[in-house]
Amino acid sequence: MPRIGVFVCWCGSNIAGTVDVSTVSEAVKNEQGVVFSTNYQYMCSQSGQDIIKNAIRKHNLTGIVVCSCSPRMHEATFRKTAAAAGLNPYMVEIANIREQCSWVHKDMLTGTQKAIVLTKAAIAKVNLNSPLTPGESPVTKRALVIGGGIAGIQTALDIADAGFPVDIVETKPTIGGKMAQLDKTFPTLDCAACILTPKMVDAAQNDKIRIYSYSEVEEVNGFVGNFDVKIRRKARYVKEELCTGCGLCTEKCPQKKVPNEFNMGMDNRRAIYIPFAQAVPKVATIDADYCTMLKTGKCGVCSKVCTAGAIDYKQKDEIITERYGAIVAATGFNPISMDKFDEYAYSQSKDVITSLEFERLTNAAGPTAGKLLRPSDGKHPHTVVFVQCVGSRCAAAEKGKEYCSKICCMYTAKHAMLIRDKYPDVEVYVFYIDVRTPGKNFDEFYRRAVEEYGVHYIKGMVGKVSPEGDVLKVQASDLIANKQLHIDADLVVLAAAIEPDKSARSLATMLTASMDTNDFFTEAHPKLRPVESPTAGVFLSGACQGPKDIPETVSQAGAAASKVIGLLAKDKLIGNPCIAHSDEMMCNGCSSCERVCPYGAITYVNKEFRMPDRTTLVRRVASVNEAVCQGCGACTVACPSGAMDLRGFTAQQIMSEVDAICK
Amino acid sequence: MQVSEYKPRIVAFCCNWCSYAGADLAGNNRLNYPAEVKIIRVPCSCRVNPSFVLRAFQRGADGVIICGCHPGDCHYTSGNYYTRRRMAMLFSMLEYLGIEKERTRVEWVSAAEGAKFAATMNDFVETVAALGENKRLEDLRCKR
Amino acid sequence: MQAISSRTLVDIAAKKLASGEVSAVLGWKKGLFNYDVTPAVFTDEKDLAENFVYTDFCAANLSKYLVNETKKPEYRADNRKILVFLKPCDTYSFNQLLTEHRIHRNRVYVVAVPCNGMIDLTGAPYEKCVNCKSKKAVVYDELVGENGEVIDSNRFDEVERIEAMSAEERFAFWQNELSRCIRCNACRNVCPACTCEKCVFDNPASGLENKAISDSFEEKMFHIIRAFHVAGRCTDCGECSRVCPQHIPLHLLNRKLIKDMNEAYGEYQAGAVEGSRAPLVNYSENDIEPAEAVGKGGNNA
Repeated sequence: MPRIGVFVCWCGSNIAGTVDVSTVSEAVKNEQGVVFSTNYQYMCSQSGQDIIKNAIRKHNLTGIVVCSCSPRMHEATFRKTAAAAGLNPYMVEIANIREQCSWVHKDMLTGTQKAIVLTKAAIAKVNLNSPLTPGESPVTKRALVIGGGIAGIQTALDIADAGFPVDIVETKPTIGGKMAQLDKTFPTLDCAACILTPKMVDAAQNDKIRIYSYSEVEEVNGFVGNFDVKIRRKARYVKEELCTGCGLCTEKCPQKKVPNEFNMGMDNRRAIYIPFAQAVPKVATIDADYCTMLKTGKCGVCSKVCTAGAIDYKQKDEIITERYGAIVAATGFNPISMDKFDEYAYSQSKDVITSLEFERLTNAAGPTAGKLLRPSDGKHPHTVVFVQCVGSRCAAAEKGKEYCSKICCMYTAKHAMLIRDKYPDVEVYVFYIDVRTPGKNFDEFYRRAVEEYGVHYIKGMVGKVSPEGDVLKVQASDLIANKQLHIDADLVVLAAAIEPDKSARSLATMLTASMDTNDFFTEAHPKLRPVESPTAGVFLSGACQGPKDIPETVSQAGAAASKVIGLLAKDKLIGNPCIAHSDEMMCNGCSSCERVCPYGAITYVNKEFRMPDRTTLVRRVASVNEAVCQGCGACTVACPSGAMDLRGFTAQQIMSEVDAICK
Repeated sequence: MQVSEYKPRIVAFCCNWCSYAGADLAGNNRLNYPAEVKIIRVPCSCRVNPSFVLRAFQRGADGVIICGCHPGDCHYTSGNYYTRRRMAMLFSMLEYLGIEKERTRVEWVSAAEGAKFAATMNDFVETVAALGENKRLEDLRCKR
Repeated sequence: MQAISSRTLVDIAAKKLASGEVSAVLGWKKGLFNYDVTPAVFTDEKDLAENFVYTDFCAANLSKYLVNETKKPEYRADNRKILVFLKPCDTYSFNQLLTEHRIHRNRVYVVAVPCNGMIDLTGAPYEKCVNCKSKKAVVYDELVGENGEVIDSNRFDEVERIEAMSAEERFAFWQNELSRCIRCNACRNVCPACTCEKCVFDNPASGLENKAISDSFEEKMFHIIRAFHVAGRCTDCGECSRVCPQHIPLHLLNRKLIKDMNEAYGEYQAGAVEGSRAPLVNYSENDIEPAEAVGKGGNNA
């Protein structure tokens, strides 16, 4: 027989002001199972908890009801109290008589009556509670970081620094990501390569870090602590372990007309290539789309010149499987396509470029060796126009993005400043909606561009760019002077909005991680759990979670790493015992539950049943993976036979609450 | 009994992560709604079985409301999507049987929407009160 | 469509029995009168030749019998097969049972037989045949005659008529229909979607258990829950209404759900494709809200 104790809290006057607490504790004395009932000023205080503990011991209580504030506030507290007195913590129910009673009703009689009903419902439920024990699962002490940009590199370095092995999977032939393509970084104007490449080398040399470059995540199974991940190592037709990165092959390859993606297609590379001088790993890769040998079987120059014998035209994609305790998504961003922005003549003129193209144009390792030259004719430009918010803060969702891309104001100020610094003869115009520069030393940076470097900042949008001869006619409005402007520009730079990398969507599906409407990964809580995905064991680093600059990315990468370290430091994970459970005798094996489970927690097993005629029958029945189930209960309603129930929220428990409330 | 004194019984199923927190927030902000509303906490709105809704009516409820996270915000990613389909079909069925459609409702209330929670409950109680007692789906044996 | 004689089917079955390819035949057996045909399992050729019939009275959908039949020890012992005759509409039920893993496909040899519509003992066609949804067999090992087509029937007309009523009228209509229910469970027992190992209505732990109708609430609850449990799984085979001794138009409950799901979530025919995902175990981010789905009928005053 259940022996239930009821503890009514006054919460000072928070509850007692509108609820007659002694009437409540008196009114429930004769409810089924109740053997003890009392009230006290502050149940959550040390002395209040002592009252509960003593009553549990003295009256041999098998369950307790605490009538107090929301269970979201103190359920954990009172569970610990119960456990300290030897009672299973899941034999505790809370009647929320503060937030959902005393605070929303003004009248003492009303409040008291409702508190009694809520208490009776909790008593009815606790009568049907059963002791629950959380399951445990081991933790594989290895992390996977998906994406090898600055976010992924920093996360991996921090995890490795704590002593845990970590693998980076990068789809490109080298790690480094977008930051490797940048020239200088705001607000300090130090060169991106100078601060990034040492980190890339650190990652390569760290014996805790393995880098799978030119590789993609193919399949993810399992759950927090134990993810089984299939990684496709794409064939690069070069034996990584033999290639010395001498680069001879990349000079001798006769296929010279391959657009160089690292320089945003502004110059060409060979079919066998190393993306840039500081690439990690510094290994050549054959581009199968362009290699004559792979396409026609005739060439083989690279193989002939390679003294290391690293070329292998027969190499195949390789699938490796590895188990990880935690996964970090660091898939980054891309500028959006300019296809839908014909008004800026991006597709009509080579001299209309995006900001990322400008980064390459001004970079000493770029296609012009850092000299500011027009892509069309290689001439020195005299007037440069920057257009901000191209596709950002754009109401037309089919064209651009509704959100602010966050980084454009600052890099545009940087670009303008770099031009004026090197070429004071060049007039620079920046058209903007707003200049948004929150961040340490950010506004000062922008003010310098305007005040010291004489950049012309004009509030207003560019309406049209039309190429005429070798000039670009820019039509724009100056909203402050309230007039139309016509500028003859030599170069127009578009601050294209940024969007999550296309690979993020399929990755999210594999990870069962949620995304927002813009395909940015959703955090478990926007304020309190910003680097965790709602899916346990999956963490978020960098721009895949939302637009951010380098300082912010690096701090988020560190935060994600610390969450991973916290997880990997555990030897085992304690689960939530309030999870689904299938009654095998009643299960039809119909698969309805499996179809609604968001976590893939349900599998089917063939189970032998002893039949009345003493034969055995093998039947297909559902089996819930207790480490994976999160306890939503979707399966319990999908199940036609009622075989599936949710511990802690069983059908009988909920119905008993319904009955008590409606009585 | 005068109509003005009639107090409908309302069972509100609230998901733990959004709507129950929204109800707590209504309390924090001292936003009033009728005491006839009694909340049952469920982990997710998708835990609510149609049989719970019928059970409530059987035992004397005059209205049943199910509150969950806004579509797209489910703590369990997709639970409320299933709720939306199931309850659409259940409520449509009840209406087909001639049960007043105003007695059943699904409402999405986030943890930040304390005011929406209170407003929803005030509106729901008023609506159900206007219908009067649940006669079409009552179980006479359970009458008080 | 050509009429198929009992003889043709007996020949097919007898050959399979004789060769040992199947060890039993699930078909229809003649009774004392021409109309009291019953489902039966035949294991010897003589019995088959003497008693098997396929006439206009063979309305019974045999697919559900396979669930228990294939569970019997003699089928479990070795890889024996049972031959079953299924009419086009019955094949949907069979497919649905395969989707739910209730029958091992390799234990069954399906012979699809054409159907011209079945009649009751008064000679009137059954509702399910008047509003036949398909003459196309969707799964079979052997097809007798030629396969037919899916029919664009008027099966939702009656549902629409009820929807157009006022809430008062609808309530009165169903109160009148459902009050006749004697809870004989025939609808449940014949339903190919109701194959649960243990039915919630027989299970005290479910909170839904009840044996006899003792209140108008229970009439409604039983039929609402039953319709809901088979929602998305009901192939609209019409057996529930056919067997109801009280002539309650139970198919109108199932069809209402089918119609609603079709309108809200796109056309879906349970059992048309094995392994398909039913609307209630699926979702889309842009589904309509419950408030929009409800109330397409008459006014609720």
